[in-house]
Amino acid sequence: MDLITPNIGLVFWQLVIFLIVLFLLAKFAWKPILGSLKEREDSIENALRMAEQAKLEMQQLKAGNEKLIAEARLERDKMMQEATQMANQLIEQAKDKATEEGSRMIMQAREAIQNEKHSALAEVKNTAAKLSIDIAERILRRELTDAGSQQQLVDSYLKDVKLN
Amino acid sequence: MKRLLIALFCILSLPVFANEPAATQAEATDKEAFSPGEMILHHIGDAHEWHFATLGDEEHGTHFTIPLPVIAYQPAKGLSVFSSSNLAEGKSYNGLKLEHEHLVAEDGSKVYDFSITKNVASLMLSGIILLLVFTAVARGYRKNHGGAPRGVQSFFEPIVVFIRDEVAKKSIGPKYERYMPYLLTIFFFIWFNNLLGLMPGAANLTGNIAVTMTLALLTLIITLASSNKNYWAHIFATPGVPKPLLPIMIPVELIGVVVKPFSLMIRLFANITAGHIVILSFISLIFIFKSIFISPVTLAFGLFINLLELLVAILQAYIFTLLTAMYIGGAVEEHHDADYQMGGGDGAEQAHAH
Repeated sequence: MDLITPNIGLVFWQLVIFLIVLFLLAKFAWKPILGSLKEREDSIENALRMAEQAKLEMQQLKAGNEKLIAEARLERDKMMQEATQMANQLIEQAKDKATEEGSRMIMQAREAIQNEKHSALAEVKNTAAKLSIDIAERILRRELTDAGSQQQLVDSYLKDVKLN
Repeated sequence: MKRLLIALFCILSLPVFANEPAATQAEATDKEAFSPGEMILHHIGDAHEWHFATLGDEEHGTHFTIPLPVIAYQPAKGLSVFSSSNLAEGKSYNGLKLEHEHLVAEDGSKVYDFSITKNVASLMLSGIILLLVFTAVARGYRKNHGGAPRGVQSFFEPIVVFIRDEVAKKSIGPKYERYMPYLLTIFFFIWFNNLLGLMPGAANLTGNIAVTMTLALLTLIITLASSNKNYWAHIFATPGVPKPLLPIMIPVELIGVVVKPFSLMIRLFANITAGHIVILSFISLIFIFKSIFISPVTLAFGLFINLLELLVAILQAYIFTLLTAMYIGGAVEEHHDADYQMGGGDGAEQAHAH
């Protein structure tokens, strides 16, 4: 029975000493220990989070770079395409212009030739007329020397001309 | 259900002490004969002096004893303080004498014994050890700020982290931080004192009912002081219990409130005391058989039990801390478990239906 009868003195000392130990440990041991543990865990967690963030940023950077490169490539392609197009256009234009110029020149030449031809023909005509008149004059001059034939001619004319 | 089981455990653990009167009977017989019961009870009990060893026989040999201060309070005479050496061998001093390690007045009046007994001295010693060890650990954190733990710090850190993460966080929940100093202190207090108790010549502090009762009372006070309305609602209107059963359930629940710390008190006391009794019994075998040939058995079993006690020392500290955390957790819990709620809903519906 002695064993399971609590002694008032021991209860008193246990309470006093335990509470003092509890208070002192709480103040001088548990607070700094738990505080440091928490701090360290927080710092580890922060470091991990920062590493994760850095990784993410790195990935983003890489992705950005790739995007930039792709964009640059696209831009270059576009520029090249545009240049080619422009060159083609220029060539086309030059060709058109040349063709036009050529045809215009041909036309002019043709016109000039036509004009030359007309004038030449007119000249030929004039010359021919002059020659014919000359020839006619000469023929006439020879023919009219003969009186009978003159008469004949006049008669023929007269025959044609009816007097009314 | 759990509370009933705990109550059952308490009752089951009581028979451990039932055979103790049989041991005390032996002291009435021959003075010369070795009485293991008396020896064991003397070792696990408290004393007003710290006795380490005796060379030679009881009467003429040399005693290695540290006398401790006796502090007695008598309502009639007031406080008296003197050395326990004045009371040695049944002498009386200042009208006080020791009867089976109990301080009594010769005139039979009431005496309140606040002496620094062996247990109180051991308690003070353990308090100093705890303070020295853990301020050293704390100093380690300050000196080694933010770095990896070193030395004694790295030995205790995993234990502190274990108590915090596995005991406090899991049992109490988000409000665990307030209770950490208490949980850590009881854990290390019980563990250190269990280990100190295993030392030769040391006091059986954690195997003393007054000590375990005080610890259990502190747990009860903290539990009740931090209890919220859910806790009391659970006691006075247990969810899932039909109304007519409440007159039975309320007393059961109220008994449960007291039985929980009571079980803490008994469990620690019984485990540590039983361990000491077993070890001492094996040692007594040598003296009972008066033969040296029994010593290998004593040695083997004594060693085995001693190693077991090393395990029990930390195990009991852990169990005490864990159960304290669970009781506090039950008192500060915000909502009941989901299955409780469901049970409550079903019960209420059934109660309405009938």
